[in-house]
Amino acid sequence: MNTVSIMFVGVGGQGTLLASRIVGNVLLNKGFDAKVSEVHGMSQRGGSVTTYVKYGDKVYSPIVDKGEADYIVAFELMEAARWVEYLKKGGKMLINTQQLSPMPVITGAAEYNSDVIDKIKALGIDVISLNALELAEQAGNDKSVNVVMMGVLSNELGFDKSLWTDALRECSPKAALESNEKAFELGVNV
Amino acid sequence: MGKKTLMLGNHAIARGCYEAGVTVVSSYPGTPSTEITFAMTQYKGDIHAEWAVNEKVGCEVVVGASIAGARAFTGMKHVGLNVASDPLYTASYAGVNGGLVLAIADDPGMHSSQNEQDSRRHAIASKCLMLEPADSRECLEFTKKAFDLSEEFDVPVLIRLSTRISHSQGIVEEGERIKRDLPDYKKDASKYVMMPVFARGRRVFVDERDRKLVAYAEKSPFNVIEDNNSDIGVICAGTTYQFSREALGDKASYLKLGVVNPLPVELIKEFAKKVKKLYVAEEMDPIIEQHCKAIGLEVIGKDLFPTIGEYSQGIIREKVLGEVKEHSVFPEAIPVRPPVMCAGCSHRGLFTVLGKLGVMVNGDIGCYTLGATPPLSAMDTTICMGAGVSSLHGFNKGRQGDYENRAVGVVGDSTFIHSGITGLINIAYSKSNSTIIIADNTITGMTGGQNTPANGLDIYGDSAPSVDIETMCKACGIKRVTVVDPSDMAETERVLRQELDANEPSVVISRKPCALLKGFVKNKPVAVDPNKCTGCRVCLKVGCPALSYKDKKVSVNKNLCVGCGVCGQLCKPAAFADTVSAIDNGGND
Ligand SMILES: Cc1ncc(C[n+]2csc(CCOP(=O)(O)OP(=O)(O)O)c2C)c(N)n1
Repeated sequence: MNTVSIMFVGVGGQGTLLASRIVGNVLLNKGFDAKVSEVHGMSQRGGSVTTYVKYGDKVYSPIVDKGEADYIVAFELMEAARWVEYLKKGGKMLINTQQLSPMPVITGAAEYNSDVIDKIKALGIDVISLNALELAEQAGNDKSVNVVMMGVLSNELGFDKSLWTDALRECSPKAALESNEKAFELGVNV
Repeated sequence: MGKKTLMLGNHAIARGCYEAGVTVVSSYPGTPSTEITFAMTQYKGDIHAEWAVNEKVGCEVVVGASIAGARAFTGMKHVGLNVASDPLYTASYAGVNGGLVLAIADDPGMHSSQNEQDSRRHAIASKCLMLEPADSRECLEFTKKAFDLSEEFDVPVLIRLSTRISHSQGIVEEGERIKRDLPDYKKDASKYVMMPVFARGRRVFVDERDRKLVAYAEKSPFNVIEDNNSDIGVICAGTTYQFSREALGDKASYLKLGVVNPLPVELIKEFAKKVKKLYVAEEMDPIIEQHCKAIGLEVIGKDLFPTIGEYSQGIIREKVLGEVKEHSVFPEAIPVRPPVMCAGCSHRGLFTVLGKLGVMVNGDIGCYTLGATPPLSAMDTTICMGAGVSSLHGFNKGRQGDYENRAVGVVGDSTFIHSGITGLINIAYSKSNSTIIIADNTITGMTGGQNTPANGLDIYGDSAPSVDIETMCKACGIKRVTVVDPSDMAETERVLRQELDANEPSVVISRKPCALLKGFVKNKPVAVDPNKCTGCRVCLKVGCPALSYKDKKVSVNKNLCVGCGVCGQLCKPAAFADTVSAIDNGGND
């Protein structure tokens, strides 16, 4: 089997780390060779962050390079645009349309790009877009945007649902488990 | 068969230490190495783990533990080894009693570091054995073996990591912890007292040991030849093995080096003979390449591959095969998203005031270094930990006094303990008229929130004696020591003006807990009254990620705002009316 490459892109503090750990856990229990590459240090400080998940019979490099990602899961709209180059021809993007302004936009030195989804689609890219923040709030926890996106991704990867719910239980902090389970379900039903 | 888990490279190093019977661990945090030592806390009872005051202290602690007969470990980032190099270089002469291993995490590409430094240089200079694992499984395996090698060859062993190895999870199989009896401690001045008369003897030993280590490198199971197509041969190690293997697959043969110091000679020659075209793929310095050239081989290295930054499979593919993966490009420029101080960050008020004062800010490393970036732009220098204190004195002397009343040094609380105290003593002792600000957020923020010797908690979160920073400053010889709350910007400004004007050295402690701390009490998010907001954007100068500007009005992201109230203090029309009451409430929700 060829290696499948997934990228999570977002803003530090959005929980890309937890998301990649949930998927990593699913892949381990499914019996794949897998690598999950995280970014620490600056990641809590609101910068642009990426984590990589790769699986297959044998995974070598832990990172994903330009033109290699089968899926890009974007937790924030502008970050989807920033990392488009990493998508493989024929790859798919799952995008949370939530907007978080980076500092140059906040200070007025730059503008937030307009019509991002349309511009990505115009490149011939297959896109699923949703407002994951709204769904997370519905689930009772605005921090569960990451888990909503995992629900959406689970439809694409198509493993047994029980693997995902087990992984969710293993990786979620206890206090957030209930809202995470709801958030995941809302993502699955998108 | 042991349990298979997906494990971070750093956690696998910790696991390897545990399985090897390590009992003493002492380290100072530093990205990307920090998780190794924190992970040791799960082995409480078997391993004594601690946050050391700095890397030199951590290294000296484990040198002592090794002499006592224990297996001991310290982990640090690449620049940490500069600080720890003094004990290491001589511990190399003394050798070990119990196995002694140091993990050094390099950061090619500078994801979170101030320079891009190749730790192999330290291995060469200190004449220590250095191993380089290429994934989590090897992190565990190499670490475990490193303790045996350390004892067999009487040498400290370094394990070289890099960001992608430290911070990638891969599948590992856990093993059992070995049973190891503590060997006797025997007094042996000729081995452990490194004064000239004894050190000369050990110098000879080190030379002999070097030869034995080369012989080990020739036959080490960690140096592996992978024969595939003989048109292309690649010598690689760690990350560059993974990148090359992924990019070139069976189109190339590989010599994967797990022992990166010393380097084998015959093994490399043997590999060179097998292949038509020989490449050396190594991030940062051309160390393997120069070694190959020195033993008379023709290799392609830095002439082809980048001399700067991190490699990837894409780089190897393009340079060796001339292939680039097809990809789309977004049709317009995208604003950059640099890291910023968090909403509620205790440093924001301080740096807003420093920006207003327009003083020269001799900075240091920590979250507060983000005060250098727009819109705060209130830092002039950052060199290394501790320089925020010592270099201000040098700057003031260099300026012959004309900046003494308009320059400050800024240093974090953890950094102050790490290496700021010595600089402060130097300021007092040298009769410097320097003004130092200790940005005390009661935690080591930048590396993810480790307890410090000044916050009353140890690595396990248990209570511990703590340094009283005010008393410490006074004991260093500084008479003027003031504490301010940086969320009160008017008071912070008043105190800073007063201390800058004073004609003797002073310390201002800017104290407020980090907003990411578990017990941090959030205030109600502030709200902007759109009828009062004139759209002047003065509040945006604090660089808070919770604020945004749309349709000529400022608005607040309620998911991010913690109600610290700094923005509102700048608002002339008082559009942030809620802020004031939030502060007056003393932090109630
Ligand atoms: C010699 C060395 N060791 C470790 C580091 C990594 N590091 C950078 S800043 C820092 C400490 C930050 O803590 P503090 O001074 O309290 O500032 P804060 O981030 O909390 O604002 C550390 C550990 C380094 N850059 N250099």
